[in-house]
Amino acid sequence: MAELIQILISGLAAGSIYALAAVGFTLLWQASQTINFAQGEFVMLPAFFVLVGMGLGLPMWPAIGFSLLLSLLILGVAFKKLVVEPMLPHGTLPLVIATIALGLLMKESVKEFYGATAQPFPAIFPQKVYHFAGASVSAQDIGNLIVSMLAIGGLQLFLNRTRTGRCMQASAQNPAVAEILGVDVKRMVMYTFLINAALATIASVLISPIYLAKFSNGETLGLVAFIAAIVGGFNQIRGALVGGLLIGVIDNLSAVYVSAEYRSAMPLILLIAIILLRPQGLLGTKEGRAV
Amino acid sequence: MIRTLTATAATALTLAAMPAQAELKIGSIIELSGPGAAAGTNFRDGVRMGFEEINAAGGVLGEPVAITEYDSQTDPQVSRAMVQKAIDDGVVAITGTVFSSSTVVNMLVAKQAGIPQFTGSEAPSITAMNNPYIFRTAFGSQKGVPKMARYMAEEMGVKKVAVVWANTEFGKGGHESFLKEAGNYGFEIVADLPTEQAQTDFSADVVKLKGIQADAAFVYLTEEESARFLREARKQGVTLPLVGETTLIGHKVIELAGDAANGAMGHVGLTPDANIPAMTEMVERFKAKFNYTPDHNAIKGYTAAHTLKCVTEMVGEADSQAIADKMHGLTLTVAECPGVLMDVSWDETGEMSRESFFVEVQDGKQVVKAILPPN
Repeated sequence: MAELIQILISGLAAGSIYALAAVGFTLLWQASQTINFAQGEFVMLPAFFVLVGMGLGLPMWPAIGFSLLLSLLILGVAFKKLVVEPMLPHGTLPLVIATIALGLLMKESVKEFYGATAQPFPAIFPQKVYHFAGASVSAQDIGNLIVSMLAIGGLQLFLNRTRTGRCMQASAQNPAVAEILGVDVKRMVMYTFLINAALATIASVLISPIYLAKFSNGETLGLVAFIAAIVGGFNQIRGALVGGLLIGVIDNLSAVYVSAEYRSAMPLILLIAIILLRPQGLLGTKEGRAV
Repeated sequence: MIRTLTATAATALTLAAMPAQAELKIGSIIELSGPGAAAGTNFRDGVRMGFEEINAAGGVLGEPVAITEYDSQTDPQVSRAMVQKAIDDGVVAITGTVFSSSTVVNMLVAKQAGIPQFTGSEAPSITAMNNPYIFRTAFGSQKGVPKMARYMAEEMGVKKVAVVWANTEFGKGGHESFLKEAGNYGFEIVADLPTEQAQTDFSADVVKLKGIQADAAFVYLTEEESARFLREARKQGVTLPLVGETTLIGHKVIELAGDAANGAMGHVGLTPDANIPAMTEMVERFKAKFNYTPDHNAIKGYTAAHTLKCVTEMVGEADSQAIADKMHGLTLTVAECPGVLMDVSWDETGEMSRESFFVEVQDGKQVVKAILPPN
């Protein structure tokens, strides 16, 4: 029982970070039909911004603020203006290819400028271990889970309870009608990109003490987040949340009770099952699309 | 006019009389990207520093050494292609690769071309394939693990052991060697936990380990995986002694794992913290040059460069076959070849032998607990 509690908490903690990245996938898709295959690298990069900030002499928390600022500018504004806006008129596929190229560029740039080896990354939570029902639960796992849930919960509240949030939803659902109703659709889409950059920064700061900061971290994270978004439902934020948590828990459960060798196959098996049985995802809604 | 022609002819004759430059071309094939980048970068920098010092001191046989570096991407097939490319470029010898899964593939290309290869890999299979052109720069795990297992049995009194190992060529080598030694020393293997290459999340593996009654865990993972494992073990409050080889307690691991590395122990063939003046000085020069503390892979690369220099000068020519022939059964002492840092011998299979160390990480430093004799 203690072992199961431990596995569930570790799985939920990891899964909540996957969920942050997966929510970014769904946000960009809804706002601009952008499938961002550089999403994993979006989570990898802010950790290096933090390290750069600390290298410049900033303490950890100001360095995280510095990273957030750079992420908003580079992963939010510059990404939208320099990649998405020029490519979007040419259709979804060229944009997908552009994001793959962007991911490679980011990865290789970090490798070139910061090195190929992993870097230690400071933990933002104390290295304490709490004992609960025979299980040892770390402050880091609890902290990761709480921060991720607060970020996603806050985003849901923002989207549902504020005028700007509802305008963003309207822009995502029907940009033409939203524009007629006086919504500044371009600004709403920009907000979406900024939110994605902020979520990526949070995910990066939470996961890098575990993964260590390394240029190739995005490979794993991007794939897992993409699977989580599809499993949960690509057009629903709560779907991405459930997908992320589910992948985290299944990954840990399968590593302990099924096979450590085939653990990485489990999310893919889940993905295949979802595509076959419920293509819109667990919490997603069916969308008609004219071709 | 006559003066100009004379001067031109004199210049041409002088150039013709000068020996060809960069006679000793070396191919440095290493993991600069992918999961092996931490080890590969250290090895690469060790090789670089070694040959730069050799060139600054007049080169080999009076000629400068030219190194060309090739990134294997930690991919066996890419490493094979890079070894072929180096051979096509006319190298006399090859240094690298470090990852065993690459070396077992690419060493066949070097063997076919008759090019001596100085590898940083530790899988036992590498020197068990009857390849007269492969030479280690560190112990194979079949050499290192018995020393460690003996220490575990005799000094630590271990009876029950859990084994955590990377499911790769490197990991399988260490795993098999340890199981063999477990039989010799009567260890009971209470858990056998394979992990994946470049695994990032070890929470499930540590959960399994926590549920096991053992006296110690033998952990055989690469550097970055070891650091993640140690962090996770600390996070979950594991108190079991964690014992491993160099890759568990190397300097890169200590840097990455931070406090979580304290208490980990194991066998190292080479350590910057050994009280050996030549090694201490090498480490200081390395830190000044590259701005980081080298691990055992850097020392492997450095000693590979100096081994090549000394052997080439012993045979008197930059001839691949002659170098390979000379290496078999060779002993290099620090007196005759200071760059090898410690007296070292190679047998007929290319396996090496020398003293080594059992260390424990204390306050972020390797503390030597015992010097283990050659085997």
